[in-house]
Amino acid sequence: MAVSQPRGDAPRRNRTAAAGDRVFLFVVNAAVGLFVLVVALLFIELVAGSWPSLHKFGFKFLWTSQWNPVTQQFGALPLIYGTLVSSLVAIVLAGVVGILAATFLAEFAPRWLARPLGFVIELLAAVPSVVFGLWGLFVLAPLVRTVIGPALQKYLGFLPIFQGPISGVGMLTAGLVLSFMILPTVTAISREVIVAVGGDLREASMSLGATKWETVARVVLPASRAGIFGAIVLALGRALGETIATTMVIGNRPQIAASLFAPSYTLASVIANEFTEANGNVYISALIELGLILFIVSFIVNAIARLLLWVVLRTRS
Amino acid sequence: MNRSLASRHTASWIGGTVTALCALIGAAILILILGYVAIAGGRAINPAFLTQLPVPVGEPGGGVANGIVGTLITVAIATLLALPIGLLCALFLALFGRGWFPEAVRFLSDVLSGIPSIAIGLFAYTLLVAPVRHFSALSASVAFAILMLPIILRTSEEAIRSVPRSIREGALALGLSEFATTMRIVVPAARPAITTGLLLAIARVTGETAPLLFTAFGSQFWELNPAQPMAQLPLQVFTYAISPYESWHAQAWAGALLLIAAVFILNVLARLVLTPRTQR
Repeated sequence: MAVSQPRGDAPRRNRTAAAGDRVFLFVVNAAVGLFVLVVALLFIELVAGSWPSLHKFGFKFLWTSQWNPVTQQFGALPLIYGTLVSSLVAIVLAGVVGILAATFLAEFAPRWLARPLGFVIELLAAVPSVVFGLWGLFVLAPLVRTVIGPALQKYLGFLPIFQGPISGVGMLTAGLVLSFMILPTVTAISREVIVAVGGDLREASMSLGATKWETVARVVLPASRAGIFGAIVLALGRALGETIATTMVIGNRPQIAASLFAPSYTLASVIANEFTEANGNVYISALIELGLILFIVSFIVNAIARLLLWVVLRTRS
Repeated sequence: MNRSLASRHTASWIGGTVTALCALIGAAILILILGYVAIAGGRAINPAFLTQLPVPVGEPGGGVANGIVGTLITVAIATLLALPIGLLCALFLALFGRGWFPEAVRFLSDVLSGIPSIAIGLFAYTLLVAPVRHFSALSASVAFAILMLPIILRTSEEAIRSVPRSIREGALALGLSEFATTMRIVVPAARPAITTGLLLAIARVTGETAPLLFTAFGSQFWELNPAQPMAQLPLQVFTYAISPYESWHAQAWAGALLLIAAVFILNVLARLVLTPRTQR
């Protein structure tokens, strides 16, 4: 240790220390440089990999709906549709349940219950995607075919989204599985945002005679609006890029059908299913371009969510 | 508010109950999935499953031993890649964390944590598989390392930041260099929280399947060379699950049980590492 060093040794020690500091600084800066480089390379490599497809199809890739490896014609519209609709179903379900669950954990639950219950819901986020897929395929899909689907058709069958033949695997099953997967994200972050709302607002509302529920519904939740929106957007990002579970339960058919019971296909599942069997430059680069679309969309979605959450959580705490 | 107090209190009670039900739904989903995996997986799991190589359809027995070992190797290499870089970046952010550049790095890290794993797998493919024209476990490790980086980076930064400034200044005042202070005083003090982040990062990639499809690719044999295609447990679960054979479905459940057990143990460990500190 420095304290035990004899006095006469000090100048030499300082020199080596300074050199050590310089090396340390250099290594730390190099690591950060490498990190930034990796993220930049991610984008560059995906663009380079999809170049033949970008060159051949241009922006037409986004709104033509033929996905045909035989004729080497590739349009991503049905895949974009499948990705958006399955994520939308998931967001609607997980949004409602997740925000209310977060409200319970943050406002109503006693401490002894809030901690373990919060932990259990967060553990749901740790379940591997392939396990969700397995469960969705063998447990949920038969349930959708025999119970959930017929029930929806019976009571809400006048809506176009609940018409047509019910196959177990399809948009609805994928949306349900996705909603389970993003529920912990919505819950955990909304809870954090709600807790960050200052006690003064709650106390002011309660002292004016509002009940607990009125305080929560009219004061606390409106005050956490921006942050909760951030949580939803973040969860949307997760749902858009989810691959394996979706691939196992969505049916993998590139079509645009109004019915939620019909099979569909997403950007990520096409890559998962077809990449290792793809032959020819254009086919492979079209698949990489799907990855590029996913990268860009999730980058933007996550950037928006993070900015919202940063602003909310930083100004509060 | 013209409604009677009683009806307002009733509304409040109903509101509270509905939110409680929603929280219970979340817990119930986890318990349902765990229950199914535990029962179906427990029935199919046996010593042979853990110690043998896969066998063709129709033959009895067979296991996923090569997948278990493959996943261990791939995750270990990913950890060796991600830990030093993540820790050094965290040191940078914790020590020189003001200004636009560190903020940009933090932002980039947060955004990177939301990029789909399949896109990162494609990156590993174009970078490491396409040039050499064959799949490799190493490329999967690189993809995993990129998935782990943001978690390690942000949790370690938090950990290092939470070491009281006075401890750091005390060490510097006693004549320790910046480097020595960081390595001998600050990082050891932050070690429990850094370990938590590391364990969560490992849990995040154990069970990750999508990037493996075109990086590690999978293998039927004992393959221990990271430069070659290697069997992976999550990939075996996926392949078995979407196959049309009953016997393979049973193996998929058994594999899922192993994955879930590994991931949950890592998550619980991650929390246990932290507990003594928070209780003190």
